[in-house]
Amino acid sequence: MHDFIQYIQSYLDSDKTPGGAGNIFWATVYILLVFGGLSVAVIAMNWLERKILAHMQVRLGPMRVGPHGLLQPIADALKLLLKEDIIPAEADKIVFWIAPFIVTLAAFTVFVVVPFGPTHAITDMNIGILFMLGVSSLSVLGIVTAGWASNSHYPLIGALRSSAQMVSYEVAMGLAVVSVIMMTSLGSLATGLYGVGNVGSQASGTLSMIGIVQAQQAQGVWFIFKFFPLGLIAFAIFAIAMVAETNRAPFDLPEAESELTAGFHTEYSGFRWSLFFLAEYSAMIAVSSIAVTLWLGGWLRPFPGVHGPSIAIPHIWPPADPSAPTGRLDFVFALCPGIAFLLLGAMCFYNVQRMPQHPLFKIQTMGLAGFGATLGLIGLAMFIPAVRDRVEDIFWFSAKVAAFMYLYIWYRGTFPRYRFDQLMKVGWKVLLPIGLALLILTAVVGMRAEIWAQFTGGLR
Amino acid sequence: MNPAATNPPVATPFFFYLLAATMIIGGILVITRKNAVHSAMALITALLAQSGLYLMLYAPFVAGVQIILYAGGIMVLFLFVIMLINIERTVKERQFNKQWLVGIVAAAALGGLFIAVYTTATAGKPLFPEGRVTYGEGQNTQAVAALLFDRSAGQYMFAFEIASLLLLVAIIGAVVMAKKRI
Repeated sequence: MHDFIQYIQSYLDSDKTPGGAGNIFWATVYILLVFGGLSVAVIAMNWLERKILAHMQVRLGPMRVGPHGLLQPIADALKLLLKEDIIPAEADKIVFWIAPFIVTLAAFTVFVVVPFGPTHAITDMNIGILFMLGVSSLSVLGIVTAGWASNSHYPLIGALRSSAQMVSYEVAMGLAVVSVIMMTSLGSLATGLYGVGNVGSQASGTLSMIGIVQAQQAQGVWFIFKFFPLGLIAFAIFAIAMVAETNRAPFDLPEAESELTAGFHTEYSGFRWSLFFLAEYSAMIAVSSIAVTLWLGGWLRPFPGVHGPSIAIPHIWPPADPSAPTGRLDFVFALCPGIAFLLLGAMCFYNVQRMPQHPLFKIQTMGLAGFGATLGLIGLAMFIPAVRDRVEDIFWFSAKVAAFMYLYIWYRGTFPRYRFDQLMKVGWKVLLPIGLALLILTAVVGMRAEIWAQFTGGLR
Repeated sequence: MNPAATNPPVATPFFFYLLAATMIIGGILVITRKNAVHSAMALITALLAQSGLYLMLYAPFVAGVQIILYAGGIMVLFLFVIMLINIERTVKERQFNKQWLVGIVAAAALGGLFIAVYTTATAGKPLFPEGRVTYGEGQNTQAVAALLFDRSAGQYMFAFEIASLLLLVAIIGAVVMAKKRI
């Protein structure tokens, strides 16, 4: 027992991810935390999407189940679980049964390498970004098989559209990602990078998700601003491709409800349908976290290079970690997570006071007040120094991903759907050439000193 | 440079046998299923298990490329083509491959070769040369890049480019053959 406790504690002192430290207990805890957090995020996203879309269209959205429809996703989940699970008579049973699991597995497995913080990832792989792209590309298999196994016209058309679309946009996406990977080693530091180690004499970049963020930290710039405007263009390509990759509006042709009923998951119902739903939203979160990690500095707070003058408040600041910066601005940003949660709690209490006074709404009002109090308590807990130092990076990462999730909803509320030939044109004739040019330009700008030396006859 | 020193592997035999068994079962299913889509799915399973084996050999880059290229890219195209042909007829049709005798002989010969190599190796001589270079998991990608592109150590750049040229020729050839009018 004593050994076990020591085993658990040994990880807390290290500055590694659970996978990097080889600690099975904490790896399991992190996997459960990520899985649980992801499920909660999907539920919240479901509610938010319906509410925000409704407000964009000057409607109220769900209002009945719980205050402001807060419990609507839970009611929906219950409904889906209790619904009859129908398999069409002529369907290929095994493939029909497996397809939703492939999609879900692919969507959830990528979170193994998503870096919520320098130590807050399940593990850090040397091939991090390659792994994420590879495993998320497996979800197309699930979609194709789902459409085919349904043995019906609309799903098959949806599946064919989806796979053509995903395969096409993966190319542009990959080119944008490669230009960022080149940026990890280009144009700044001359020698060994970020604990990756050197093979041979030259500086080498990294594919590891944590390494990419550390590269941005070391170079003092988010990659969206590096080699301006090259980083920005790469980000724009990725931002377009990732919407197409997740089959969301305006690229939601695979499930275009006005043309194909529901596309590849027309024949699915109940639990299996909810698996597709879960996979779609967690895939959206996954690609958003790729974008955040690669271009927006991952877990780094805004303006990571600006610290302000040092201050010291006994027992509160500076943080326990001696290597952490101690500036005034650092302190203000460290308080942000707590303040954000307190604001959310305050919003709940504002709405408690606006709830109808009718006795039928008594329980709802109390529930909302309880929810607000919980949020407030979480906010207060985030002011405790030990908690504050551990969750700040997770907060910034989640906040950036949340901004992307809002963008997804915004797109859906704003843009009309593309026609299929327009979609292919954008993918192959616009994004791909720009991506190729970008790749070459990034290499040229990054190696400008060496190229110049070649012309002037210097350098070796 | 011993990769096992920094991070000792966990339950290596268990995972090896698990992945190997998955691969073998997947491989058998590929050739025994009559439905071509089922075969393709079994092949995908086998390929994924193979990428797991690459991970166990401290070659994460190869594993990642395996997933992206084979499981993610090529197999999607396979499925694409298979789905466009008429499955119902192929399921009912009698299998007419007549090479099973040759196949058994070839498989037995290969198996015998493996057993022979293994038994001679365990009889005193080592199976693999001592002192081969092993890179840690954290450096695999960088090592592959250095072998390709490094100024002093890079030696496979030309072969790599030739291979990519070959693929380009194949792509153009496919387009020319598929399209009547370009």
